[in-house]
Amino acid sequence: MSSPDPIEAIKAEFEDRIVSWEEKSPKRYYITMPREDITKVADFIFAKQGARFIIASGVDTPEAIEILYHFAFDKLNKILTVKVPVPKERCEIESIAPIIDGANWIEREIAELLGVNFLNHPNPKRLLLAEDWPEGKYPLRQEPRRNR
Amino acid sequence: MNQKTIIPVGPFHPLQEEPEFFELEVEGEKVTDITVNIGYNHRSIEKIAESKTFDQMVFLVERICGICSTSHPIANCNAVEDLAGIEIPERAKYIRSIVGELERLHSHLLWAGLAGHFIGYNTLWMWVWKYREPILDLFEAVTGNRNHYAMMKPGGVRQDIEEGAIPALSKGLDEAERKIEMVTKAALDDPVLAARLKGVGILSKEEAIDYCAVGPTARASGVDIDVRKDEPYAAYGLVDWKIITQEEGDVFAKVVVRLLECFESIKIIRQCLQKLKTTKGDIAVQVKEIPPGEGIGHHEAPRGETFHYIRSDGSNMPVRLKVRAPTYVNLPTCKVTVPGESVADATIILAAIDPCYCCTERLVKVIDRERGRKWNWEDLLRLSRKKTERIKKRMGISHE
Amino acid sequence: MGKLWALKKSIWVFHLCTGSCNNCDIEILDCLTPKFDLERFGILLVGSIRHADVILVTGAVTRKCLPRMKLIWEQMPQPKLVVAIGSCALSSGIFSPGYNIVGPVDKHIPVHAYVPGCPPKPEAIIDGVVKLVGSLE
Repeated sequence: MSSPDPIEAIKAEFEDRIVSWEEKSPKRYYITMPREDITKVADFIFAKQGARFIIASGVDTPEAIEILYHFAFDKLNKILTVKVPVPKERCEIESIAPIIDGANWIEREIAELLGVNFLNHPNPKRLLLAEDWPEGKYPLRQEPRRNR
Repeated sequence: MNQKTIIPVGPFHPLQEEPEFFELEVEGEKVTDITVNIGYNHRSIEKIAESKTFDQMVFLVERICGICSTSHPIANCNAVEDLAGIEIPERAKYIRSIVGELERLHSHLLWAGLAGHFIGYNTLWMWVWKYREPILDLFEAVTGNRNHYAMMKPGGVRQDIEEGAIPALSKGLDEAERKIEMVTKAALDDPVLAARLKGVGILSKEEAIDYCAVGPTARASGVDIDVRKDEPYAAYGLVDWKIITQEEGDVFAKVVVRLLECFESIKIIRQCLQKLKTTKGDIAVQVKEIPPGEGIGHHEAPRGETFHYIRSDGSNMPVRLKVRAPTYVNLPTCKVTVPGESVADATIILAAIDPCYCCTERLVKVIDRERGRKWNWEDLLRLSRKKTERIKKRMGISHE
Repeated sequence: MGKLWALKKSIWVFHLCTGSCNNCDIEILDCLTPKFDLERFGILLVGSIRHADVILVTGAVTRKCLPRMKLIWEQMPQPKLVVAIGSCALSSGIFSPGYNIVGPVDKHIPVHAYVPGCPPKPEAIIDGVVKLVGSLE
């Protein structure tokens, strides 16, 4: 079911959609994809290539909210990170929780800490923040940085 | 002041009315649904890290969890070293593995004691925690503290293990091995434990994969993942040891995995101590700057993979730290392991994930919609111990 | 008066965690194990706040835990003695800049004894409780 070289298979499958491809080291791959493709990508990498979903990291940058989906090919000693920029104006992306149960909680966390709306999430409730935490205040969004 | 002997302790995790952490819905004696509410321990660590230097961040992440307190520093240092392309000296590799495996020993013993307590084996609890103390003494001898050892830094370790300390460490290890052997034999041969824990709270291999479970929770279901083998770091690729797995995925399998892992840990520590005798050199490389970029580091903590992602902009503070502790992916598996089981087994199934104990203990609400009953954690513990008693009676066993 | 006498003979403690790394909580539990054996001093860990003389508070006080801490303090019968254990309970420790931290403990309930450490050793915890009760003379 999964191919002997899943990294190459992923590259081939999404050739015309990949925005950038970086092999930082034989163990670390970072690829940038458009957000429209996330469910197809998650399904291919997780369900078809048998990767393990580790977690997703949300990062606030001046240009967009980046969501990094980290996948592990444990027996090949490789971690592939799929970076998806989500614009802040229409800050939403399709949920991958229906495909990967293990992604359920982290999407709830990114939603409340960074203000990303995960469309069609099965249980879009707050995870960490108290009920009386004000709406619209996203703690992991960056204030303008001091002189660095 | 006058001393007085008091009867041994009652419940150690008092329950309060609210807020609830685990909500169980039951029909009669069966659990039909479970909801997990977290956030009580949310201490904004990732945000705080953005205003700490890379050196300070290690002390911060050490305090994410007190039980796995060296796991986060190791993962964090792995991430920084991945980012900056740093290779740590060989001596540091052995010391990292020694501290990491000592931690696995104390953590698994702690868990074994708690699990015993939950099912009513209080003697086991006391014994196991008594045998855990010498390991904490070893920590104090090696690092200066029983917990929060402050051993790790990007580039290596902060303290050396002197040659003169090795004989005492070896002796302490031999003693610990004897005690763990005793406990393991007692636990695995006990027919009551087998009857109580086998077939309970099964997590299938497919479910473990779908929930992305890690650590003993996954390995007990036949998923043979272990960061120490899959991406060898520190000294794990330099010494001989094996991954422990079981197939059944029930609570008993999780007990077996953790107890047998202790022996692999002892094996690893022994080999590392040997290698330290002949490996000279520094215990750390000097790290002057962290370049802009990103790094990923992970470590096999006692509960499973601990994952850190760091982004840097070239200054001396990280732009972003993302931490994923193993319990974060293991805890949701209770959604499939608890419903369908009896209420009496709820506590031990939840405990089998080995979640951060402070989060688990007191905050449980059980709703029986039909009969309008409300139970709490203490009630569940009592049911759990009653079930053990029933099994003992059925088998004609009367010891504790 | 009678209560104080009973207190010095046998202290009933209740343990509350308000959001911590659990090290302090584990060290409190360690006090029960044979090596430290809290019971020698007549100290008993109880399951209900209504039976407690002394409450041991750990943790930096997260937002979600604050209402619970206040409720528990209200439910505690007089005399209410509070011991804050660990750097987080004393000052929120390393977590004080956190957006979800509303501690330290004595910002919300009165504290009668402080046991510093990260975590404090079991000996220090026992010492703190015993000293507090001794000081009631």
